[in-house]
Amino acid sequence: MTSLTHLERLEAESIHIMREVAAEADKPVMLYSIGKDSAVMLHLAKKAFYPSPPPFPLLHVDTTWKFKAMYELREKAAQEAGMELLVYQNPEAQQRGINPFQHGPLHTDMWKTEGLKQALDKYGFDVAFGGARRDEEKSRAKERVMSFRTSTHGWDPKNQRPELWNLYNARKKKGEGIRCFPISNWTELDIWQYIMKEQIEIVPLYFAEERPTYEYEGGLFMADDLERLEEAMGTLPEITMRSIRFRTLGCFPLTGAVESTANTLADVVQETLLTTTSERQGRVIDKDGGDASMEKKKQEGYF
Amino acid sequence: MSDAIYKTDALIAEDIDAYLEQHQHKTMLRFITCGSVDDGKSTLIGRLLYDSKMIFEDQLDALTNDSKKVGTQGGEIDFALLVDGLAAEREQGITIDVAYRFFNTEKRKFIVADCPGHEQYTRNMVTGASTADLAVVMIDARKGVLVQTRRHSYICNLIGIKNIVLAVNKMDLVDYSQEVFDKIVADYAKFAEEIGIESFTAMPISGFKGDNITVAPSENTPWYEGPSLIEHLETVEVLSAQDAEKPFRMPVQWVNRPNLDFRGFSGQIATGAVKPGDAVRVLPSGKTSHVRSIVTYNGDVDEAVAGQSVTLTLTDEIDCSRGNVIAVADNPPEVADQFEATVVWMDDEALLPGRGYWLKLGSQTVSAAVAEPKYEVNVNTMEHLAAKTLALNSIGVAEVTTDKPLVFESYADSRQLGGFILIDKVTNATVAAGMLHFSLRRSQNVHWQAVDITREEHAKLKNQAPKVLWFTGLSGSGKSTIANEVEKRLNLMNRHTFLLDGDNIRHGLNKDLGFTDADRVENIRRVGEVAKLMTDAGLIVLTAFISPFRAERQMVRDLLPEGEFLEVFVDTPLEVAEQRDVKGLYKKAREGKLKNFTGIDSPYEAPENAEIRVNTVEMSPQEAAAYIIDRIMPLK
Repeated sequence: MTSLTHLERLEAESIHIMREVAAEADKPVMLYSIGKDSAVMLHLAKKAFYPSPPPFPLLHVDTTWKFKAMYELREKAAQEAGMELLVYQNPEAQQRGINPFQHGPLHTDMWKTEGLKQALDKYGFDVAFGGARRDEEKSRAKERVMSFRTSTHGWDPKNQRPELWNLYNARKKKGEGIRCFPISNWTELDIWQYIMKEQIEIVPLYFAEERPTYEYEGGLFMADDLERLEEAMGTLPEITMRSIRFRTLGCFPLTGAVESTANTLADVVQETLLTTTSERQGRVIDKDGGDASMEKKKQEGYF
Repeated sequence: MSDAIYKTDALIAEDIDAYLEQHQHKTMLRFITCGSVDDGKSTLIGRLLYDSKMIFEDQLDALTNDSKKVGTQGGEIDFALLVDGLAAEREQGITIDVAYRFFNTEKRKFIVADCPGHEQYTRNMVTGASTADLAVVMIDARKGVLVQTRRHSYICNLIGIKNIVLAVNKMDLVDYSQEVFDKIVADYAKFAEEIGIESFTAMPISGFKGDNITVAPSENTPWYEGPSLIEHLETVEVLSAQDAEKPFRMPVQWVNRPNLDFRGFSGQIATGAVKPGDAVRVLPSGKTSHVRSIVTYNGDVDEAVAGQSVTLTLTDEIDCSRGNVIAVADNPPEVADQFEATVVWMDDEALLPGRGYWLKLGSQTVSAAVAEPKYEVNVNTMEHLAAKTLALNSIGVAEVTTDKPLVFESYADSRQLGGFILIDKVTNATVAAGMLHFSLRRSQNVHWQAVDITREEHAKLKNQAPKVLWFTGLSGSGKSTIANEVEKRLNLMNRHTFLLDGDNIRHGLNKDLGFTDADRVENIRRVGEVAKLMTDAGLIVLTAFISPFRAERQMVRDLLPEGEFLEVFVDTPLEVAEQRDVKGLYKKAREGKLKNFTGIDSPYEAPENAEIRVNTVEMSPQEAAAYIIDRIMPLK
């Protein structure tokens, strides 16, 4: 008997983690961001509980600023998995018209950080699956698979529960929560390779195509919704058609595109492996607040 | 730097499909690096990431800047900065937590657990080692085998890591001297034999300069005949390959029941392999059946092996639920409720012998108590020391008793069925990790005798619902007085009651116990068991004990059926109780003549969710009793 391959080991580990949560949590939920990591996580959930549908709903904490193509896939993916889809938009952010252009870091804070806390409290979810990976960013390298949060959603990196073998401690008091990261040990390359192997559907924006783009503060962005863009920026930026794709997906005004002609999975993987900049670099969020920025966001309750 | 690594790169550019095909079939090795701050551990990992091209240009730019700003390598690239993640660690220049890193070579994917080396981080090292196939023990060539080397090696061996690499680092600082290297290896071999490490692989390296990391021998060590670190990591056998050779066991995590026609048992195979048609036994019940199918999302499969997560269906409708273990029928694991185990304590609050903790092993969770340790191991000298308890980062051997039988194997045979964690019942923190050695008593030998007159029938005859009214509060709070008053009133109402009073019990059943924390725990455990027997007999039991710890009150609550345990918090502020000082005990305690007195030099943990709370400052004992009676009626 030959050993399991690394993908088989990773898959088995993720499935094990999801089943532990299903067995021990009162009311779990899977956070679904519609990106490639979420797509893999959702696929693993289908495998973990087959022939049952995954025994929890999907939750999308929406900012209203996602790409149109993402919203389209969202509905379809939930339906195909036989899962309930919950969409939450922070009403306060909605009311104040928070947007990435005028409000900078507040946009992420209000829509995502606050939105997530509100959604978890509203539905009373005690364990939330997230698609974060340890290879993404330095402070995530130390995140536990089951990351304990206080009743105010805070994270204390110095006071984490030790995780040994494949034993996860999912015990908590009423009101406290756990963020669970079943794909912690996957790398970006593993994700791509698995998408290829399992033929998982992902948002077409990951593949290169001629798309309308504009430049903003030194970055290249896609003009996904001209009307809102004009409204938020006051004036419409200069739009040029370019062949672009995305390495990571978030809010369209915050997610930098890369010029590329990679339009198949193999080409995308090739480009990923030969690239010289790291995955999160296209995101603005890591940079405000200096070096410890993500760690700080997590202490405040960001995923 | 190795050609192999660049060959991979070339393949990516030239033939991506071929590369992906090759990558898809790679195996994975998990390893841990142990060493102290100055051994260059983080530098080595940074180097591995760098050499296998896992560092991107933007990260490299940031690293170059950081190296100039806060680096310790005189402006040269400081790889350690790449690895030490948390802000606090960067400031102090030490690695506090376990960080996981990833890299690939042409042959394998690697996950590195980067662990801190100081003695106060023993728990982090144990954590990182628990999932590792291999350990790299780092030594500074200038310093040789140190106390910390012994500690790290002892822990790796304890956790069952068979592949140990002795990386003699900083060879550049000893002029790549073979003599220095050979002496270190000889010293280490002697020590390794003493503690039972069967074999190890030693190599001279420089994480900073890159010697013998990817190719060996490096120009500087022509005398070295072994493999480079990467070559070695690429070829050693991984743990899961060994697990596949062992007898079949699968802990059931989740029962899969989408409809009435399908009942599957989901779990990750711990050891061995399984095929449809195999005879299996479900533990602890011992019922047998056969495997009907191995169900996966991609269709039924013909075989599944250790490490895979699957769903099994059986040919018979037998009881099987989470916590059970499905095993090969003719060679099942043992079932027991008393064990000898090695325990590694991981919490600031020390072990309290006798206290009930949750024990999680595989998918089983039971209540367990750890006895006073047989001995503690000095992790630096491996000496056995006498110990009453285990504090943070201590390792000891002790008896563990569980309240329900546990399906297990010795840790040496199976990490999955021999490794466990202990969880504090009040804080829910993971307080310890343990490794089972063997059972001390097969639980089959002590059976529950079935009786015909059940607890329901006892209660029915007395025309009442049994209860335990558990009075807790400081000494002098008025527990005994109020409990006595409540019993008198119940007696008048023709209720069958019994009052267990702290002082009285200590004259008889518990006269062998003192007032240390451990004895207090045992005191309450016995009273809890007696109260339980009395409720089985149909009685309404009143207890008046200080019972200062939440965990033990919870333990008694867990002994009884839901709703039968009513916690009565006799809430009297310390100043008031001390002022009353009916028995003159507070005075003695204040004078230091009485040790371990609750409220003075021993803690009282007030209830957080008591069913009933009485305030004795505002209520007289009679009012309190009436109030309690009101709350507990009708008692039928």
